Amino acid sequence: MTATPTIAFDAARCDGCGDCMNACASAKSTDGKLAQARIHIIRDAESGRWGVAQCRQCGDPRCASVCPAAALEKGDDGIVAWDAGRCVNCLICTAGCTFGGIAFSAKEGYVVKCDQCAGAPQCVAACTRGALRYVTTAKLYNRWGELEDLFVPGLGGCQGCNTELIMRHTLRRVGSNTVLATPPGCIPGMGSVGYNGMLGCKVPVFHPLLTNTASMLTGIRRQYKRKGRNVTALALAGDGGAGDVGFQSLSGAAERGEQILFVCVDNEGYMNTGAQRSGSTTYGAWTATTPVGEGARGKTQDAKNLPLLMMWHGCEYVATASTAFMEDFYAKLEAALDASERGFAYLHLYSPCTSGWRFPSASNIEVARKAVETNFAVLWEYRREHGLKLSRDIDDPAPVTDYLKLLGKFRHLDAAQIAHIEQHVAEQAQVMRELAAMRPGDGLFDRSPSNFLNAAG
Amino acid sequence: MEQFDYVVLGASHAGLEALRAIRAHDADGSIAVLDREGRLPVSPTVLPYVVSGKRPEDRIALRERGWFDDLQVAYRQQAHAAALDTAYSRLRLADGREIGYGKLLLATGAAPAIPPIEGLSDVRFHVLRTLDDALALREVASAAGRSAGRAVVLGAGLVGMHAAENLARAGARVTIVEMRDQVLPGYFDATAAARIEGAFRDNGVEVLTGRRVARVAPRAAGCTVLLEGGEACDADVLLVAAGVRPEVSYLAGSGVAVERGVVVDEFMRTAAANVWAAGDVVQTRSFFGDATPAGGILPDAVEQGRTAGMSMAGDPALQPYPGGVSLNTYGFFGRRALSVGRDAPREAGPGWETRVRGGEGSDAYLKIVLCEGRLQGVFGVDVLFDPGIMWELILRRVDVGARADALLEDPQDTARALMSGLWR
Repeated sequence: MTATPTIAFDAARCDGCGDCMNACASAKSTDGKLAQARIHIIRDAESGRWGVAQCRQCGDPRCASVCPAAALEKGDDGIVAWDAGRCVNCLICTAGCTFGGIAFSAKEGYVVKCDQCAGAPQCVAACTRGALRYVTTAKLYNRWGELEDLFVPGLGGCQGCNTELIMRHTLRRVGSNTVLATPPGCIPGMGSVGYNGMLGCKVPVFHPLLTNTASMLTGIRRQYKRKGRNVTALALAGDGGAGDVGFQSLSGAAERGEQILFVCVDNEGYMNTGAQRSGSTTYGAWTATTPVGEGARGKTQDAKNLPLLMMWHGCEYVATASTAFMEDFYAKLEAALDASERGFAYLHLYSPCTSGWRFPSASNIEVARKAVETNFAVLWEYRREHGLKLSRDIDDPAPVTDYLKLLGKFRHLDAAQIAHIEQHVAEQAQVMRELAAMRPGDGLFDRSPSNFLNAAG
Repeated sequence: MEQFDYVVLGASHAGLEALRAIRAHDADGSIAVLDREGRLPVSPTVLPYVVSGKRPEDRIALRERGWFDDLQVAYRQQAHAAALDTAYSRLRLADGREIGYGKLLLATGAAPAIPPIEGLSDVRFHVLRTLDDALALREVASAAGRSAGRAVVLGAGLVGMHAAENLARAGARVTIVEMRDQVLPGYFDATAAARIEGAFRDNGVEVLTGRRVARVAPRAAGCTVLLEGGEACDADVLLVAAGVRPEVSYLAGSGVAVERGVVVDEFMRTAAANVWAAGDVVQTRSFFGDATPAGGILPDAVEQGRTAGMSMAGDPALQPYPGGVSLNTYGFFGRRALSVGRDAPREAGPGWETRVRGGEGSDAYLKIVLCEGRLQGVFGVDVLFDPGIMWELILRRVDVGARADALLEDPQDTARALMSGLWR
């Protein structure tokens, strides 16, 4: 069974205008008369909120299970399709569906349901409020699913950690023609370097020191090149191995424009050794070395913006990504891989830490999503020839406190600390906004790193 | 002796859903499904449409062979269970073969119940449960239709009513005889039943309720049905649609407990180790814990099949079966009647609330039954709503007391709004 694109509904953005229903009714009309809309927007008089009834193209469609005539079937395209030539109009499907997704149309004389308009849903196109979204991430998952998994089946990660997702998906795309470096941190801890003398992945992997990851990859990439082989030099490192202890080698390799794909999995601390602070730890956060007690209230410095520091190196490619926005992550991984053929590519992934940040293991993706929606983690992309571009709108963020309240490491924050974080988030967002507004000639664009550095400073 | 990790007896809704559920969790275990029939599985629900000629018999199979192949299920036709030996975990088939199982699902469904009417065994009569039944009935129905012959249907349940309509459409003069005092008893109250009955009368069908058959006697090519009270109806075609009884003959001495059907627990396990049962063969416990009808409901058979399959395969997502809720979608002469749940009992306590709109002569009839604010039942004739959402509202025991008026006014949108807020 393959995953299916879905039409997502955001009740908070819906104002009940009905444009989606009208668009559907005319899209499905066959004889000039309006058909019955396959999407139905309803208002709950009690709560005042808008709701939706529409087929969800279930993975395990009960309408099809109960159909006595085999007139409903989930196809390879993921759509639960209705066959007029088999339907006997018994309406038992309407008893099987708990979502109001298939209903009798008095106008048409039979049951009707959404078919997502063959990949171009007209309801979504008609929605000007942003309440309906056509989510096609499933297509990507299906494509990724066909690529070979290059990690061991079992991993020693903490429950709910999204790093396994990052590791597997990254390696699937980057492929087997790769040499992987995983410096000390959660990733080798999860098993990349293997157990009992056995490798943890199907590509050559090595375990550099925290300090020299980018230097070792530089040598490996250059040596292979000299031997006439083109391999991808990939680093999967934590924020400590990238931005703190590992920074001198990272900075050097970036500045020299080495052809390396460096992925930083940022969980804002040294989490595998017991959750000590790092340069990426947020102001106010509890860690083992920034404790909370009578005399201390968590970390007293702001986190450094490591991806922005990397951008100022004039890398070929720098981007931030989140596992809550997989389409965006995939697109950036693709671009970074391509850029690493020409120069230094740096991908910064926000990775909420279930154990060290103190939140339930089932909430990882939700925490990651809230970080982005509150502008706590801004998603952007820098290409040397095009400058910096925001990946999603940051002008209407959710309140920062929506994010802070999800995490135990912020439970102790007082009003002043929260205000500090809110101001810092707003300032960072403003910096990103201004960088994104820069045009060619403003100093963010150049052909070569050295020219760029000269121009900048 | 052949041996399979899982053996499923019966390839109708419950059995097929169980196969899917087993394979969803256990990719490797060997599975066999044994079907009595010598053709691809067909749902009893679709048979009236074969009788009417609306669907040709070669386009109604529930699954094609390829479906079983894709699931890596050994699909055996004409495999009729004769005896079950639970001590040695093996089945004996009617042809003498033996099949061993690790886990067994009984999904053999039900067969038509034949009422003890004097003279019935001496005349030719029809039932409607298998495709052969439907093809035989289709032939006599069209012959009776051509000659404007007379048809008598015993029983005004869903099967009898569907068949009566199709016989009438074919051109036969039809009489329905029902011993209770309304049509579709158990599914609809008297008011709703009267609306449905009216549609039949308007289409020339004679409906005799509250009448019992005293005797049946042969007459020329057909028979005469003598009613208690003296009246007689001649019939060229006689259809017996007096309900069904579970197909359990092969379970004698097996240790599987049988009462009104196979007795099962909330995971569809029978009294015998490694034996499950689902669908019409089961004595279904009512969700409401009362005596409301809870058997013979297609979506329920699917739920039971899924529960049994997940339990057999050890799927950790298994949830206990919540109990049966009566659920029917009934189309008649281009109109629609829907029923979900139960009506208020005759002596309803103070917690019960019944709201009705549309009495005699109105466009539509709707009845909503609540107990302590929780939805118990929704019954409509010529009113549309989503039965699946109503079913879920009942199962979740959602308090809809504050929305009772809105539900009565617009059951479809009100229930959809609740759904969207609660479980979308």
